[in-house]
Amino acid sequence: MSFDNQHSQDHAAKVIVPELAGRRRFILACFMLVMCALIWRAIDLQVLNNAFLQKRGEAVYLRDIKLPAYRGKISDAEGHALAISAPVSSVWINPKQLDLAGRKVEFAKLLGLSVANLDKKLKKVGARRFVYLRRHMDPQVAEQIDAMQLSGVYLQKEYRRYYPDGEVAAHLVGFTNIDDEGQEGLELALNSQLKGVAGVERVLRDGKRRMVKHIDDIRAPIPGKDVQLSIDRRLQYLAYRELKVAVAQQQAKSGSLVMLDPTTGEVLAVANQPAFNPNDRSRLKPSHVRNRAFTDVFEPGSTMKPFTVAAGMESGLFNDKSIIDTNPGRMKVGRSQVRDHRNYGEIDLATLLLKSSNVASSKIAMTVEPEGFWNMLNKLGFGQPTRNGFPGEAHGKLVSYERWRPIERATLAFGYGMSTSVLQLAHAYSAIANDGLLQPVSLIKGLRAEPAERVMTAEVAIQIRAMLQGVVSKAGTAPRAQVQGYTVAGKTGTVKKFAKGGYSEDKYLGIFAGMVPANKPELVMVVLIDEPQAGDYYGGLVAAPVFSRIMSGAMRLMNIAPDNIAKPTVVAALDRGIQ
Amino acid sequence: MAVLVMVSALSVVYVKYDSRLKFNQLQGEFREQDRLGVEWSRLQLEQHTWSSNNRIEKFAREKLNLQVPSAEQIIYLKVK
Repeated sequence: MSFDNQHSQDHAAKVIVPELAGRRRFILACFMLVMCALIWRAIDLQVLNNAFLQKRGEAVYLRDIKLPAYRGKISDAEGHALAISAPVSSVWINPKQLDLAGRKVEFAKLLGLSVANLDKKLKKVGARRFVYLRRHMDPQVAEQIDAMQLSGVYLQKEYRRYYPDGEVAAHLVGFTNIDDEGQEGLELALNSQLKGVAGVERVLRDGKRRMVKHIDDIRAPIPGKDVQLSIDRRLQYLAYRELKVAVAQQQAKSGSLVMLDPTTGEVLAVANQPAFNPNDRSRLKPSHVRNRAFTDVFEPGSTMKPFTVAAGMESGLFNDKSIIDTNPGRMKVGRSQVRDHRNYGEIDLATLLLKSSNVASSKIAMTVEPEGFWNMLNKLGFGQPTRNGFPGEAHGKLVSYERWRPIERATLAFGYGMSTSVLQLAHAYSAIANDGLLQPVSLIKGLRAEPAERVMTAEVAIQIRAMLQGVVSKAGTAPRAQVQGYTVAGKTGTVKKFAKGGYSEDKYLGIFAGMVPANKPELVMVVLIDEPQAGDYYGGLVAAPVFSRIMSGAMRLMNIAPDNIAKPTVVAALDRGIQ
Repeated sequence: MAVLVMVSALSVVYVKYDSRLKFNQLQGEFREQDRLGVEWSRLQLEQHTWSSNNRIEKFAREKLNLQVPSAEQIIYLKVK
């Protein structure tokens, strides 16, 4: 080497060709330039872009994997689960790396697919990098797939939502989609609370992109919060079962009911028909998913009359001894006419409710100040949502008294010209049940957002309850709402449905709204049967029996002492068990 | 002085090592907690499937021949 150098140097020193000196300098300059470029490149890579390039390098072997968060449980008031998540595995592939190594048959079998189907699927997705082959598999089967160690096949941990009670509470609870996001009902309303935050885990991968080592948890998943609802699973089941039977028997289009605890405003049961199974939604119809009791409105008809009477009594113009002359059983208002089924003559307020007289109700409404009447209805919550947080909750309609025409004022007295949901109606009845104090509706146990509001005096509420007891007597419209052993207060409604161009003559709603025990109500319930086709359509015949059956079961389940029985004759001592 | 520095240096090393070990244990316990939580939800699910009102009612009516007593069959007792 040194010899060579020596030699060439000698040579160069010896042979100096002047006309080539410029060329030599040019070549030297070129080398210098190339060297500069190399140095610059080195600085560029090592110093200037170091951070960026390091990141790119890490991206090849490090990978952040998403860890799903556990979705909170939804339970009933007693803590029984209504919706619960369980871990499952999803299988995904990277078709570019997929190598089934001749074990296609076994693989397809574990996936639950036929080989032909698997081939078809693989063909379709050849150009992609991430394809789910099967989601929400049994974790044990997924482990077998993992054990096959196929290249390009991966497992992902996910949670699947189960609804142990199926149809029973489906409308209220709702459901999530396959990505664990709430879609309907409370799953949607409380999604952010239930969902939690997914975590991230960093792992090291080899050249074939297989996981080699767990580096660390960048962020641990934060599990979602559990939610405890106010509904009672046993009451809910009872309500669901009885409503289902009744709707089927009456060949009705649909049915809804809401049961409330008037002292707390908590919803204890909500049932609708037709219903759906949230665990199998392959044949889901949108009309079956709707929580009709909360989202659908109807004209409440005669079930409004107790509030008309209450407004009359609150105004001081009427009391329990007032006599209203309904002769001759009809009344002209403007160009329209208000009619009763027959002429009831001179009646008091209790008889008004017992016979459900439209004329007498209208007379009260035409006598009291419109503002006072409206105030009562408005305070009872008509025309405004109950703000319980349920998605798509109905507002209902209540026109302001400033725009009432005489006929509207008259028909409002018996529940036409306004609309309400089953929930709103049950809520309004809970004020009568709770001695005039209206508790805000709550779906969550123990959550009291606003204080109770007084909508009528306790005396009026108690008197109305006494009058409503007559409705379920033999002489009233709903003897079939009676509950053995208990006093019942309630009101029927039979409403003509509003169809194109006017009120239909053959489409009805049968409603019953009531409370038990009448002396000190513990439960309020409204039952609505929509378009019963089996012959009967009166609220007292189609809805009242449902009320009676559910309430007698509910009284037993809630352990409420009977208040309407003959004095017990058998004497028992409890000190050494019942003897 | 030198000895103290050495002791302090070694104790730093030891404490670091120990904390890493403890951290690892903690992570392990968290994972165990997760696993148990998952197991708990699975068991709850199982319990609820077995104790569903539907199933109990069917069992009571068909297997055990139970029925809701009618009003006449109920005798109220007066407690002394």
